[in-house]
Amino acid sequence: MSRDTLLRVTGVGKRFGGLQALTDVNLAITRGHIHGLIGPNGAGKTTCFNVITGLNQPDSGQFELAGKSYSPSAPHAVARAGIARTFQNIRLFGDMSALENVMVGRHVRTHQGVLGAIFRHPAAREEEVQIVAHAQALLEYVGIAHLAQRTARHLSYGDQRRVEIARALATEPLLLALDEPAAGMNATEKSELRDLLIRIRDKGTSLLLIEHDVKLMMGLCDRITVLDYGKVIAEGTAAEVQQNPAVIAAYLGVEAA
Amino acid sequence: MNTHHSPLRIIFFALLLLVFPVVASQFGNSWVRIIDIALLYIMLALGLNIVVGFAGLLDLGYIAFFAIGAYLAGLLASPQFAVVIESLQMEYPTAGDWLLQLAGEAVAAQGIHWSVWVIIPLAALVAGIFGALLGAPTLKLRGDYLAIVTLGFGEIIRIFMNNLNGPVNITNGPQGINLIDPVRIGGVSLAGEAGSGGVVQVAGWSMPSVNAYYYLFLLLCMLTVFMSQRLQHSRLGRAWIAIREDEIAAKAMGIHVRNMKLLAFAMGAAFGGVAGAMFGAFQGFISPESFTLTESIAVLAMVVLGGIGHIPGVILGAVLLAALPEILRHTVEPIQMALFGHVWIEAEVLRQLLYGLALVLIMLVRPAGLWPSPRQEDRPLAGSDTQTGAA
Repeated sequence: MSRDTLLRVTGVGKRFGGLQALTDVNLAITRGHIHGLIGPNGAGKTTCFNVITGLNQPDSGQFELAGKSYSPSAPHAVARAGIARTFQNIRLFGDMSALENVMVGRHVRTHQGVLGAIFRHPAAREEEVQIVAHAQALLEYVGIAHLAQRTARHLSYGDQRRVEIARALATEPLLLALDEPAAGMNATEKSELRDLLIRIRDKGTSLLLIEHDVKLMMGLCDRITVLDYGKVIAEGTAAEVQQNPAVIAAYLGVEAA
Repeated sequence: MNTHHSPLRIIFFALLLLVFPVVASQFGNSWVRIIDIALLYIMLALGLNIVVGFAGLLDLGYIAFFAIGAYLAGLLASPQFAVVIESLQMEYPTAGDWLLQLAGEAVAAQGIHWSVWVIIPLAALVAGIFGALLGAPTLKLRGDYLAIVTLGFGEIIRIFMNNLNGPVNITNGPQGINLIDPVRIGGVSLAGEAGSGGVVQVAGWSMPSVNAYYYLFLLLCMLTVFMSQRLQHSRLGRAWIAIREDEIAAKAMGIHVRNMKLLAFAMGAAFGGVAGAMFGAFQGFISPESFTLTESIAVLAMVVLGGIGHIPGVILGAVLLAALPEILRHTVEPIQMALFGHVWIEAEVLRQLLYGLALVLIMLVRPAGLWPSPRQEDRPLAGSDTQTGAA
């Protein structure tokens, strides 16, 4: 396929008891693209997402990120490899401030251990300063620098989303995976989110996006994969997918003969 | 960085801490002794605070690490090791002779008497290893289930100590280990030299033994506070708190949850081990009775009552719960005798009554503890005191 494939998963299968949630799913995300994953409810989008990010263990499949194969056996290993994610129902560290949440995102790219913590030698102090600066810069990037010291739990819904995205960006991901980032947002918030995602893409981070808002997705995504009943039924640009009879059938039902 | 105490207040507070035993011992050594024990409890509570407060792992068997530290001091700084060799020779002559060869005649006659400088790091290390070992099987458990399993582990350690007097006598069973060496620093015994009546001479100053221990424990406590504080405001502390807040999100952020939990168990246990070794040396005698489930719960109550996860709160909780019962014991009955000429309520009864009342009241009125972490809304906003937001 393309010379510049960032993430390539092939032949992914996942079964929950009697339910075959994913069957032979293939997905290839091009570097610098926003890649959408859509499908009707229960199509397996979130399962696919969880498998890629290591939260659910796949029964089968090959996983390759930036030309290197990785094993999605543990979420922390996937984060280290370069995929960061957000959650459908926002999962912030509620008692920590917005800034501290983003600082936690730096964990995987920093190294100080017990001795560094206790003795705070110059290297440890330097790293801590870097962590704060990086986190503060990210909060500014997503537009909520003024809320840095607020407790995450008390932020508004839209701002919590932004903190979550900033926290994921703090891990310096190659691929940022967002699970329904626009859920529950009003039109203004959606358009702000859209601008933010495009800015992130233009800075060189690829995105994988699950979203129900098809209108938002069509304008935003460079490529879209459509899942139904755990299988890929279509793949292509927004325009191609829209025309695809299988997709229309999946969303609207088959026309009576 | 996080607090802005005036230097004057700090100096005043330091002076207060330094002068306290000198004043208190005028009214009898038992007052200083109470505070000595309270200081040990502060160390314990701060250690448990790392596990329960930071990492959010409800540990009901924490006193086991206190026991391990105490028994380590008991074995390595008392005549007990001579008993161990003798008993091993009786039971398994070959192994006993081998151990005798290894340890030497002097040890077989007098036991091991290592210096406190060896005992303290060793207690931290051994307790830390046990902390990680006992933590390992519990990694997938949360909340109530974790509490029950750790409770079991705590009891297992105590029962071991109670029964390891046969076939080979290691811990002397329920009788406990006696004649543990007092702490000796630079040739000065903190228990006072024999025949001095418990008076310690340091550089021309003389003070009661309990005062000398007070200064040692105060120093260790300050070290513990310092280390907890530094750990809390570090990459590791943030990772622990992240795990406490949301384990799945913490994993997704690349935190190696298993290792961080083990580290929390080990660090917490290490503080408990040091406190235990000091307890052994201070009392000179230890037995399994000191390490019951009630003690685990008492330490947990200190953490919860004071303000879980907040270091000053935990210290307050430890001081209150450790000192109050002792103060009651020393005051309630004499006061009643003086007032009525008769003891109406025994101190122990009153202690339990107040203890229960305090816990119920705290749960009702201040569920986050007496002195919880300041709400983050109280902090100044980033943009108001620095210009980072506008840069």
